[in-house]
Amino acid sequence: MAMKTSSAKFKDRVDEGIHNDFMRLAVSSAQERLHGRRLTAVDELGSWEDWRSLGEEIRQHVLSNLDFYLHQLALNVSKRGGHVFFAETAEQASGYIKDVIVKKNAKKVVKSKSMVTEEINLNATLEAVGLDVVETDLGEYILQVDDHDPPSHIVAPALHKNKEQIRDVFKEKLAYTQTEKPEELTAHVRGILRKDFLSADVGITGCNFAIAETGSIGLVTNEGNADLVTALPKTQITVMGMERLVPTFDEFEVLVSLLTRSAVGQRLTSYITALTGPRDEGDVDGPEEFHLVIVDNGRSSILGTEFQSVLQCIRCAACINVCPVYRQVGGHSYGSIYPGPIGAVLSPLLGGYDDFKELPYASTLCAACTDACPVKIPLHDLLRKHREVIVEKEKMAPFSEKMAMKAFGIGAASPMLYKFGSKMAPSAMSPFKTGDIISKGPGPLKTWTESREFPAPGKESFRDWFKNREKGGKSS
Amino acid sequence: MKVTLFATCLVDLFQSNVGKATVELLERLGCEIDFPVSQICCGQPAYNSGYTKESKEAMKKMIKTFADAEYVVTPSGSCAAMFKEYPVLFKGDAVWEKKAASLAAKTYELSQFIVDVLKVTDVGATLKGKATYHTSCHMTRLLKVKEAPAILLSHVRGLEVTPLPDAQNCCGFGGTFSVKMGDISGQMVEEKVCNIEATGADFLIGGDAGCLMNIGGRIQRKGQPVKVLHIAEVLNSI
Repeated sequence: MAMKTSSAKFKDRVDEGIHNDFMRLAVSSAQERLHGRRLTAVDELGSWEDWRSLGEEIRQHVLSNLDFYLHQLALNVSKRGGHVFFAETAEQASGYIKDVIVKKNAKKVVKSKSMVTEEINLNATLEAVGLDVVETDLGEYILQVDDHDPPSHIVAPALHKNKEQIRDVFKEKLAYTQTEKPEELTAHVRGILRKDFLSADVGITGCNFAIAETGSIGLVTNEGNADLVTALPKTQITVMGMERLVPTFDEFEVLVSLLTRSAVGQRLTSYITALTGPRDEGDVDGPEEFHLVIVDNGRSSILGTEFQSVLQCIRCAACINVCPVYRQVGGHSYGSIYPGPIGAVLSPLLGGYDDFKELPYASTLCAACTDACPVKIPLHDLLRKHREVIVEKEKMAPFSEKMAMKAFGIGAASPMLYKFGSKMAPSAMSPFKTGDIISKGPGPLKTWTESREFPAPGKESFRDWFKNREKGGKSS
Repeated sequence: MKVTLFATCLVDLFQSNVGKATVELLERLGCEIDFPVSQICCGQPAYNSGYTKESKEAMKKMIKTFADAEYVVTPSGSCAAMFKEYPVLFKGDAVWEKKAASLAAKTYELSQFIVDVLKVTDVGATLKGKATYHTSCHMTRLLKVKEAPAILLSHVRGLEVTPLPDAQNCCGFGGTFSVKMGDISGQMVEEKVCNIEATGADFLIGGDAGCLMNIGGRIQRKGQPVKVLHIAEVLNSI
């Protein structure tokens, strides 16, 4: 799956989302559950704002010195006998991985959860040369089994499905005969995956944070699947976005704590693993060969721009879990593997405005995302900046909107014109009025009035009232 | 104390009652109110839609309008937050940055002004009934005014304020969002109104005319008996 997950129009995707009651119930209940848990987990740390500032500082420091730390990381991975490949594009990254695997005459690949491998379209690339690729994160596995249903959330990819739907998918695809109990569903998948782990030739992981000083790869899971992916197959390939690293284990500790608390409201996840290079002499397990693929795919062109702070992201999805728009439309509406506020900022940067130009507008700029972000990315402001780019550089704004805003610029700067406009407003709107309200508005008001009334402008504006009052005239 | 009122365009055009209540309330609290007629819109609709250049024209006009004011008070958390953002927008501008900073520093949202500057927590208002309060996003998250409205409302005689479930979720207004993404906005306001209904409140109180227009419009469409009031109107009820 590449970054773009749908060729349907944005409006149609939203329409489908809004009318999917199952999904909406699943999303709103997950949001409420995670909201409470996250608040408890961050309160527990004490002085949460200081922790956020520390997280922000660490991420900004790394981004400001990215060349240094990437160099250090690559050097230390090589020293430990690993191979490092810098991929400028998605194609280079997935091409390199495919070549490594094909050379090994490998048949089966097991994967732990990784958004960047989705971004570089890895599974399709590997499947195209006949490889058997198995996702081992339960959520990802469900989606893979369900004919590659796209993820709708970056941490909980199958969030849009409820347990009954998952049971039905399993019945159809896996000859499953038990109930929708999560324990039974999970046990069934475990049985299948155990064989895959044992027979896989190659294990592929993502990377939560690489540690530059030691050349280690940090992985965070609740299922322990990443540990099997890296312990059993002879070859391990880790794919990381080029910004996903920290200087030392000290910073790793801080960021993991921010990540697990923000993502799922846990102090720590069940498994936090740091792996350094291939198996050493005398080691009882671990891969014989280790490759680290560092993916740029547009990230370096974000560096140094007004959007740089988006690279601070640690993929915790806290912004998604508090987003009131995501709540109504679900992840698939965004048409990107990266949904929600972070996706609406990131997708146009990595994938271009042509496919993702609507996303920056899918926000009320309520700033719930900015408030929730553990590394202080000003997400709502980045969404607004996207709008500015769309208007000023991309020239993609609708003509009518441009004209209205031009008029705004002129009108708003001139009190005379403003006054004239506001005097005209009541009579201009009068054909649409019923008493004091407008129930079927013209032009842009049409969508408003589909679900609510719009007030007709009052006969007397506030300024007229104030003026009359000052004159000692009649005031109501 | 001399107070210069920034009424906001929504109040000026659609909700003059809120402006009137603000004037009467502040006068009752001993303020002398000035309303410079050259004031227009804070520029937020254009700014948030990406028309920064156009919005700056409005902003300059506002900076000039309020240049001599001692305190600028507005019955809107969102518009006050916009004023606070001006210095960021004019950063590096030799002429306007300083002026923008001066306006930002003396701007207060109404409840914030009453509690923080006038040091009043009980304005002597009376309103009988059960109410719930909508914490508008820009007021709480951008302006960081969270306590003042609750403190003031807690002293209104006869008023029982009950918490609003999922209060943290936006009502779906979002300025141009409400017309540009009308479908999504409609779903959001429906959820908000259902939560308001669930409280059994007689009044829905808020501090931003935009949110109240949105929520009120949905309540009206559904024919609900809940009365929508701006906090200025509540505090001016005696």
